[in-house]
Amino acid sequence: MAEKKPKKEKTPRAKMPEQNPDIRRRNFEEVPLGLTPEMAIAEAKRCLQCKKPLCVDGCPVSVGIPGFIKLIAEGDFSGAANKLWERNALPAVCGRVCPQEEQCEGRCIVGKKGQPVAIGYLERFAADYERKNGSGGVPAVEGKTGKKIAVIGSGPSGLTVAGDLLLKGHEVTIFEAFHKPGGVLVYGIPEFRLPKEIVASEVATLEKMGANIDCNTVVGASVTIDELFEEGYDAAYIGVGAGLPRFMNIAGENLIGIYSANEYLTRTNLMKGYLFPEYDTPIARGKNVVVLGAGNVAMDSARTAMRLGADSVKVVYRRSRDEMPAREEELHHAQEEKIEFVLLTNPTQFFGDENGRLTGMECLKMELGEPDDSGRRRPVPIKGSEYRFDCDLVVVSVGSNANPLLTNSTPNLNLNRWGNIVADPVTGKTSKKGVWAGGDIVTGAATVILAMGAGRAAANSMHDYLTIGW
Amino acid sequence: MAKIVTREEMAQGTIILNEIEAPRISRKAKPGQFVILQADETGERIPLTMADTDPEKGTITIIYMVVGKSTARFKDLKVGDEYYALIGPLGAPTHIEKVGKVVCVGGGTGIAVLHPITRALKEAGNEVTTILGSRSYDLLIMEEKMRNASHNFHICTDDGSEGHHGFVTDVLKDVLEKDDIDMVVAIGPIPMMKFCSLITKEKNVKTLVSLNPIMVDGTGMCGCCRVTVGGDTKFACVDGPEFDAHKVDFDELAKRLASYLEDEKTSMDAYKNCKIQ
Repeated sequence: MAEKKPKKEKTPRAKMPEQNPDIRRRNFEEVPLGLTPEMAIAEAKRCLQCKKPLCVDGCPVSVGIPGFIKLIAEGDFSGAANKLWERNALPAVCGRVCPQEEQCEGRCIVGKKGQPVAIGYLERFAADYERKNGSGGVPAVEGKTGKKIAVIGSGPSGLTVAGDLLLKGHEVTIFEAFHKPGGVLVYGIPEFRLPKEIVASEVATLEKMGANIDCNTVVGASVTIDELFEEGYDAAYIGVGAGLPRFMNIAGENLIGIYSANEYLTRTNLMKGYLFPEYDTPIARGKNVVVLGAGNVAMDSARTAMRLGADSVKVVYRRSRDEMPAREEELHHAQEEKIEFVLLTNPTQFFGDENGRLTGMECLKMELGEPDDSGRRRPVPIKGSEYRFDCDLVVVSVGSNANPLLTNSTPNLNLNRWGNIVADPVTGKTSKKGVWAGGDIVTGAATVILAMGAGRAAANSMHDYLTIGW
Repeated sequence: MAKIVTREEMAQGTIILNEIEAPRISRKAKPGQFVILQADETGERIPLTMADTDPEKGTITIIYMVVGKSTARFKDLKVGDEYYALIGPLGAPTHIEKVGKVVCVGGGTGIAVLHPITRALKEAGNEVTTILGSRSYDLLIMEEKMRNASHNFHICTDDGSEGHHGFVTDVLKDVLEKDDIDMVVAIGPIPMMKFCSLITKEKNVKTLVSLNPIMVDGTGMCGCCRVTVGGDTKFACVDGPEFDAHKVDFDELAKRLASYLEDEKTSMDAYKNCKIQ
């Protein structure tokens, strides 16, 4: 009788090495350290190489996931990076900030019975490997078409559009209002989650492919879209992001020490306030910090405050832990870094001293009632539950409204009642001929990868327009 | 780009004029709008309202007082040097129309901001009376240009070295007593704007002020520049920088401008030490 084959030991999902929480909460270095080549190969071998890969369906930019993972399993890391570039201009970024659990990894067959393949870790590994050890080569660009494209905004969707259209041989200029390209990847997402050197490197790849990057140009103010067409551009993509920060509209909100998350993160990340006075832009270093809101931006703000030397950082949120919109990984990292979640609590007013500086705030306790339009249980105030506490820094992270600066200067561009641009959900076409839009200016605040997905769709439609017609 | 083509020192070297190459901005800019400048990669973003533009030459002019490290770094830039970043034109332009008799009150570098507005108001057919103030006559800027942009012209100095010995508010009161004024534009230090506003409010004369809060991006993205106007929060960078003076909370603005006083001192001290070495 043949000897019974012992059941094959399953390799567990790779565990990402990370900086120790007690150390990292006081520095700005990246938290996850990245997989080693051995770990990456072992993880890649867990992939079943499905014939009909569901993971690819889960990816907004349809990265060839089994293909690049197979190359990692074979030890061809540069090959894997090149495979990624075919569908994704920003793999090192996506490997870090995509919500893989809801996308590729959420669909992974291996994950049905156990832990899914760590696709995000592998994407990051291949892109990082190529950046550090690669030949510096860039994706091959098709023959020149002679068409000129204006990409307005250098955030994730704009960079995706630029990458895709460059590959197809079009001439692309990216307009950026700030002095550095990258949009939210540079001003918003902190260094410890996405090192700026990585964004710069991904942008440099686009430049090597031929992109012109025109910083310090506020389209809508310095030049209008119609003037760009007069200057000889054939098509334009608007990816200018969400824009205006929302505040709570409660008493005392203009006290010194109350920041929007946009301001707090821009001062810290883009302007490098954490390196003050080496860099000139100051940032308040609060001891008792409160962050209002519970999305990814709120977690970025809270973790930044901890790194800027806070004794205590509280995230105040009106619903419960289950409704917090941030990624689980972000919530987990924040809690590991001793950030306190004060749930079912809503701010009612702020208090300050005679110099107009914040000294404390008042909150109200909430309880969950019936589900609201979003399907989440509506928080209802508990009467008489107001209480006060001291704080010296508040970061308001409750979302943003559409910035009208560009849209006001662009005739024939239809907007919805919130001021967001109306764009075809499949193609990204707007009501204005030759103009596409995508990302937060269309959807309101969302994720990096959704903005990239919109960019991908728009780039395909723009290519059709440039080669076939509107 | 953003190359300095002309540089002048004014008011005993405390105020600097730069004419800067900026073809796109010069073609677009209207009176009352501002730009944001950054001296170099590690620098701060500083908003300055334009004092002049020359679309044919493709230049804009800014005039600033040296008050801290960022403006000290600006002062170090010579003709031929470039600003690391220059963006604009930002903010809503002044609404220029013929309203009749207008009084323009300016103090400090506010006079530079007031200049294109005054000129445009005169060109629009208004009868313009200008009142300029400074601590001392040798600190007064743009006298000739402002005189040319006005029909009636007054100077006030705190020390009596020229013109009226006293504040601009004294002359403003006088003018408002003697004549029916349709509009006042007051641009200068916050106390000046605040007291001009109190006077015109009594007389119920419409008054505009241009505010200069701290900014970061200057395009509405950060909310650093929020000011209370008529009880509502406004962003000076996109809703302003000009507002109805009678509705502005000047005390809050003054406090918010002092947000980083300690940091500014740290920064300036480090800079001075560095220059000495």
